[in-house]
Amino acid sequence: MAKITYVEHNGTEHVIDVKNGLSVMEGAIKNNIPGIDADCGGACACATCHVYVDEAWKDKTGAPSAMEESMLDFAENVEPNSRLSCQIKVTDELDGLKVTMPESQH
Amino acid sequence: MSQQAAPGVVIVGAGHAGGTAAALLRQYGYEGAITLIGDEPIAPYQRPPLSKAWLKGEADADSLALKPLSFYAEARIDLVMGNAATAIDLTAKTVSLASGDAIPYAHLIIATGARARPLPLPGADLKGVLSLRSAADAEELKAALRPGKRLAVIGGGYIGLEAAASARALGADAVVLEREERILARVAKEPLCSFFADYHTARGVVFETKVDVEGFEGADGHVTAVKLSGDRTIPCDIALVAVGLIRNDDIAKAAGLATNNGVVVDENARASDPAVFAIGDVAHRPMPHYDGRMFWLESVANALEQARHAASVITGRPPPAHEVTWNWSDQYDLKLQIAGMPFDVDATLVRGDPAQAKFAVFHLKGDVIQAVEAVNAPAEFMAGRQLIGQKKRVSLEKLADPTVSMKEVAA
Repeated sequence: MAKITYVEHNGTEHVIDVKNGLSVMEGAIKNNIPGIDADCGGACACATCHVYVDEAWKDKTGAPSAMEESMLDFAENVEPNSRLSCQIKVTDELDGLKVTMPESQH
Repeated sequence: MSQQAAPGVVIVGAGHAGGTAAALLRQYGYEGAITLIGDEPIAPYQRPPLSKAWLKGEADADSLALKPLSFYAEARIDLVMGNAATAIDLTAKTVSLASGDAIPYAHLIIATGARARPLPLPGADLKGVLSLRSAADAEELKAALRPGKRLAVIGGGYIGLEAAASARALGADAVVLEREERILARVAKEPLCSFFADYHTARGVVFETKVDVEGFEGADGHVTAVKLSGDRTIPCDIALVAVGLIRNDDIAKAAGLATNNGVVVDENARASDPAVFAIGDVAHRPMPHYDGRMFWLESVANALEQARHAASVITGRPPPAHEVTWNWSDQYDLKLQIAGMPFDVDATLVRGDPAQAKFAVFHLKGDVIQAVEAVNAPAEFMAGRQLIGQKKRVSLEKLADPTVSMKEVAA
């Protein structure tokens, strides 16, 4: 279990307990948090679950795969701390993680 | 079912499209009653994994659900499960249900989807002759796939190939029976068809093309073989019929809405009655990126886009920009991503090497990309999708050269 803070683009914060094994994306979708669309349901096929990982958490969330990096390369508003949240698996290690949503996923 | 004072939005069909529309209406600030009616016994779920990750045992039932069950009560969405809409009265603005209830609506969203096309052949009612559309279908298929069992797939389209790949992953044998000369005949061109045929063959799938299925043979009420013309039989323990779909537009047609093998809608998913929308597989819709021509899209991307449009119009928000349509398929370690539609195409261009299982097929109209099919090539998919939307002319020389990055091609 990890407490994850999801910050909408307008600054609204949602603090959610997310079960281990789920992805950061699933934590948002299952709690109806706006700002993460996840059109493909986590298949790494669409790049609509884009988030910015708080700098302090970049190491713990790991590096994106080549597939994810290629998808991010062409997403909108990409920053060095951009990730696809469907590719970040929740573990106890991520307790306290903070992610911020881009202005739009489309 | 709770009775609401003022009619609100009634959504007929609780699949990916209907479930998403309900959630978006609340997200967009809709305050009225929302009734979501589905004929399946479970809350809205994702269908794509049923032939992919879920079938292989890599995803559990919880991960299929669009939202946890508690969401519907919290969001004041009246989720009516196991009940089908039987009629729509456009004048009285009511929907009749199989249970006998009639629900009034201010806005109606038809999201009835499609059903698997049956094969009306002798023996089709034997146990073990399945289709794959619902979670219940998928449960039955999964239970039968294990080492020592043989799956016969009728129809070499994407669902059939995904099921064959999942069967192999579970240790079952798989044979794919296709009427046409090649698999994926309806949905793809060369070299994609040969690539997938070879990839599956190398992983133990047997293909029989140019065959006519005449029926099914059984013993003790259970299928034992698929019968082909010319007195051939293909022994199997389970037969999956994957020969396309039939749109569930019957109640829309009966109500007097415009239909054309699907409910005819405009670019914002509005049907021919101003209070009615149709979204997802059941819709016959304009394609704004292709001169507005009418088409049928059977994809999650389409369901979600139309759900966003309907929910936007109902809540008075400006609808989002139209997306370039996209879809995907997972087979073994292959991720196929498709963007656009190959309309008016005069040439195809292959970038990368199919032998390396990393390549993309671009469908071109002159030097404008109309569609791309990318195998393990996400940059080609993402850049291709953008270029399709921009209708941008590209250098075909650069596009054909994998040493030139897609960033540079798109620049």
